Amino acid sequence: MLTLKINGRAHTADVDPDTPLLWVLRDALGMTGTKFGCGVALCGACTVHLDGIPRRACVMPASAAVGHSITTIEAIGDTAVGKKVQQAWLDLEVIQCGYCQSGQIMAAAALLAKIPSPTDQDIDQALSGNICRCGTYPRIRAAIHRAATLPSHPSAPKGA
Amino acid sequence: MTAMANKNRVSRREFLITGAATGGGLLLAWQLDALPRVVKSVAAAAKTASPVFAPNGFIRIGKDGRVTLIMCQVEMGQGTYTSMPMLLAEELEVGLDQVTLEHAPPNDKLYANPIFGDQETGASTSVRVFYEPLRRAGATARTMLVAAAAQTWKVDPASCRARRGVVTHAATGRKLSYGALAEKAAALPVPDPKKLALKDPKDFKLIGTPAKRLDTPAKVNGKAQYGMDVRLPGMKFATVAASPVVGGKVVDVDDGKAKAIQGVRQIVRLDDVVAVVADDMWAAKRGLSALVIRWDDGPNGKVSTADVVQGLAEASQTSGVIVRNEGDAVAALSSAVAPAKIESIYEVPFLAHAAMEPINCTVHVQPDRCEVWTGSQVLTRAQGGAARVTGLPLDKVEVHNHYLGGGFGRRLEFDYVTQAVRIAQKVEGPVQIIWTREEDIRHDVYRPYYYDRLSAVVGTDGRPNAWMHRIVGPAILARYAPPAFQKGIDPDGVDGAEQLLYDIPSIRVEFVRHEEPVLNTGFWRGVGVTHNNFVIESFIDELASAAKADPVAFRRALLAKSPRATAVLDVATKAAGWGSPLPAGRGRGVSVLYSGWGSYLAEVAEVSVSKTGEVRVHRVVCAVDCGTVVNPDTVKAQIEGGIVFGISGALWGEVTLENGRVAQSNFHDVRALRINETPAIEVHLVRNGEKPGGIGEPGTAVTGAALANAVFAVTGKRIRKLPLENQLRSALA
Repeated sequence: MLTLKINGRAHTADVDPDTPLLWVLRDALGMTGTKFGCGVALCGACTVHLDGIPRRACVMPASAAVGHSITTIEAIGDTAVGKKVQQAWLDLEVIQCGYCQSGQIMAAAALLAKIPSPTDQDIDQALSGNICRCGTYPRIRAAIHRAATLPSHPSAPKGA
Repeated sequence: MTAMANKNRVSRREFLITGAATGGGLLLAWQLDALPRVVKSVAAAAKTASPVFAPNGFIRIGKDGRVTLIMCQVEMGQGTYTSMPMLLAEELEVGLDQVTLEHAPPNDKLYANPIFGDQETGASTSVRVFYEPLRRAGATARTMLVAAAAQTWKVDPASCRARRGVVTHAATGRKLSYGALAEKAAALPVPDPKKLALKDPKDFKLIGTPAKRLDTPAKVNGKAQYGMDVRLPGMKFATVAASPVVGGKVVDVDDGKAKAIQGVRQIVRLDDVVAVVADDMWAAKRGLSALVIRWDDGPNGKVSTADVVQGLAEASQTSGVIVRNEGDAVAALSSAVAPAKIESIYEVPFLAHAAMEPINCTVHVQPDRCEVWTGSQVLTRAQGGAARVTGLPLDKVEVHNHYLGGGFGRRLEFDYVTQAVRIAQKVEGPVQIIWTREEDIRHDVYRPYYYDRLSAVVGTDGRPNAWMHRIVGPAILARYAPPAFQKGIDPDGVDGAEQLLYDIPSIRVEFVRHEEPVLNTGFWRGVGVTHNNFVIESFIDELASAAKADPVAFRRALLAKSPRATAVLDVATKAAGWGSPLPAGRGRGVSVLYSGWGSYLAEVAEVSVSKTGEVRVHRVVCAVDCGTVVNPDTVKAQIEGGIVFGISGALWGEVTLENGRVAQSNFHDVRALRINETPAIEVHLVRNGEKPGGIGEPGTAVTGAALANAVFAVTGKRIRKLPLENQLRSALA
């Protein structure tokens, strides 16, 4: 029995401790927003945050995540940066099939948390591990730049 | 969520005004939380709401005023779940913010794609074929609702007007909502289709104006459900190993170690596939790798790609069925000699789809019924497949469709559905069958290998006067849609070649059907045109080079009779700065596309090539005339994405066979373009009121030749065989 802190809540799962976090999230806990794409950390579809750092859940044993704070796509909108990324994604109509976008959004949110105004090179470096077969890359790049310009505390009235 | 979204019966504009007054926060909350619509299967929806007014298969309106639109075309990224509602809503006179969407169930009678005769989403057809039928469906419903209001008020329907789900009698200002009218409208006769009035395009409020996509809000927060996200009580997970060779069989299985793995529940052994059923996918995967399976490879166990190419090359020596014949190309070619006569052979490889969502299907077989949950481009075919396997009648097979994590033609096949049903027959309760990425790559239904012979004669005036194109490959449609395969011609295999727009006095196009059943082959994004456009637009470039002409000027002179092609060529080349100086080491290539999709495209690619043959694509400019546009931003997005898909395919895409087995397995050797490799992409729409053309695939199809021609411009090497980088490496060595 493993106890994992996911999106601020403790979850227990009766799985082999070597089970990759991806399958614990999806199959044991029913949190299907994190996607299976390749199983070997080549595509980034399974990207989650471990203490804010983007990690590939398909190759991370669940036991290695014990004691850390895990954030998934289901809760990224609860963070200021995540909310900005989601908004920018919708504003610029980034998404096509959407299957890889959980991972793209998680990677973008981690980048913006670390570098609030990333350059194109920063984006290349942070997102080059995330494949999108629909080819939404030009819009992903534009949306990250846009997210960087959105107000940090959108709930506060303008000028307050 | 659905109900909440619908209670917020405010227009976007009204909300924006309110939102501005109360601060940006509320606005953000609205956009993120209120817009997502839960898309349900019809069965699920029928349990929660009983529509009162359902004049056709596409529209349901309840007493509560809820407007539900049924999506017969599936959403795999191409934006149909916005463009189809736009067509319906335009004529129904409701706002997109007022509708809820539902996946259609399989039903050819209600939802057949007129081009195919069954319920299919593919070949860039959705807007083309449903442009009028969905508008008519909307207009039918609106006419009945207006008639119901007019009857209530005892006035002339012509004196009433519908807008945003409300009918108003202009003279008296009386109003009735669609919900209030639904019951009465349902009792009225369906209007005569011949007398149905469709809107004048100048009055369109939705069609042609960028609309926010309806599916995407649920795709930024993990809520959108793909086939793989189905979760059912008691559901188990399974993963499979099918015969690594087409036609191979299981000889025996040692499952001792697999059964000992925690979480593994069952090993299912069928003729050609073994499945491990477990509590989760990880246990299933571990179980699968612990199996020792002995295969009988059958007749294809020694086949390699070279064998396939040899077969195609031999077939190319025979003349094929004539697809198009004008003038006398044979005579012109037989009397000509080099350098006026130019002959080339082009080859394109097998390709895998590698959609981001690996193949999966969830099935629950019970004695008297079968339920299937998946993402499919062909729902009725999937249903039929499940019915054949189980022996159940169609009405006992329920198929629930989901968002597709990419289709690209792969999900036009239902091999994975029948396989899943066969496995599920042996399993108690529902089971989700997931292919690993390796299984997905190695058991794809691949874009065929094609082998083309081209020859032409360039006259002393620098214009070609004869063109001969012999296409050699399998006839996918002979398998997929036999009635479409007539007189030995596969209309898909010759698409784009048959319609060659260039004004050449003698043109002969032939098709040689040659099947190599060592790999299953089918449709890949851009279908026949992706192959033909690469070949034609590379060869026309060869002719331009032979005539010492500028590639754009050469094409333009041959397109004088095609104003739409000329227009896109002019727009693309001007925007790309064709002819203007480039940094050292860069070159531009152009290509033009026209095919059965009815769209015209021209593209200019700008590339550089390293000493070792690595191609860097710096910029791609594409001009598109797809006639009437429904959602302009979607058109642009489809072209952008199509170009990215086309770059991956042309630079690196290749599936090879060794001992009957596919050599590639995952994204390390099925290379996909990444963000750091993606060029600047510009899409320019040439707008007009012509019939809508296809848009999901042309961007992919037009890209290969533009890249190859740019590579020629910068290296002087003419690459006639894809993928480009492989060939460049040997050409530059």
